[in-house]
Amino acid sequence: MTVATLGDREIHVDDEGFLTDPSEWDEALAEVLASSIGLELTEAHWAAIEFARADHAANGETPTLRRMATEGGISTKEMFTLFPKKPAKKMSYVAGLPKPVGCV
Amino acid sequence: MTLTLEPAPVPAFDDDVETRRKLCIVCSKGSLDMAYPGLVLANAALGEGIETHLFFTFWGFDIINRETMAHLKFSPVGNPATHMPPALMGLPGMTAFATHMMKKQIEGIDVPDVPEFLEMITDAGGHLWACRMSADMMHIDEKDLYDRVEGIISAADFIELSEGAQIIFV
Repeated sequence: MTVATLGDREIHVDDEGFLTDPSEWDEALAEVLASSIGLELTEAHWAAIEFARADHAANGETPTLRRMATEGGISTKEMFTLFPKKPAKKMSYVAGLPKPVGCV
Repeated sequence: MTLTLEPAPVPAFDDDVETRRKLCIVCSKGSLDMAYPGLVLANAALGEGIETHLFFTFWGFDIINRETMAHLKFSPVGNPATHMPPALMGLPGMTAFATHMMKKQIEGIDVPDVPEFLEMITDAGGHLWACRMSADMMHIDEKDLYDRVEGIISAADFIELSEGAQIIFV
């Protein structure tokens, strides 16, 4: 874990750049994280991010795509549209959460 | 001592790189316990942005046959990994019991059943193919198969399709 700067603030990140302390995240930071990987956040992105953060806060784990669909009501197809190619990882990154650990 | 702060690294999602990684999984077994490895790996590969094809052959047809796909069974007979006395495993009702237990365990960790898993895989962009020889042997055609199977293809078609792919045989 290292301290790094993003935009105008200091954050804790792992070697890849994922935030290691979800409490350092806020919506403004999400915009910065998203644009750094070429995403522009829409309302649909925010719905996914908000569910993921709430679920992580409640269960201590980042939801998998399966859980995003069954519990969050955001279909797998939609997740691939919102966060192309690697939806779970990209969503985690923008939401300031660790990558999901579950297999499915 | 002054701590110098570096800009945060940005994960390499490798979107702009055409990695051409491609995965073909051959599903040749139709028991519940042998259906899942292929499905789980396919789903994981798709989540990593990898082009993924599943090719169903021989007993693997049960996974995409409308009549059987929701009713795959697990038989503990001849399976030492159940750690149960072998003589008991062949008793009447044992397969039904073992299947019931396994399905409960799968559901318990929120992993979908087979039909829903195939739906999830195809929603994620995965491709399903059926084997021509198995279809001919079992007198099965497209209308007997799960509607998201893209086609019944020959062994030669599969070889062509899997050019440059990594292949997993289950």
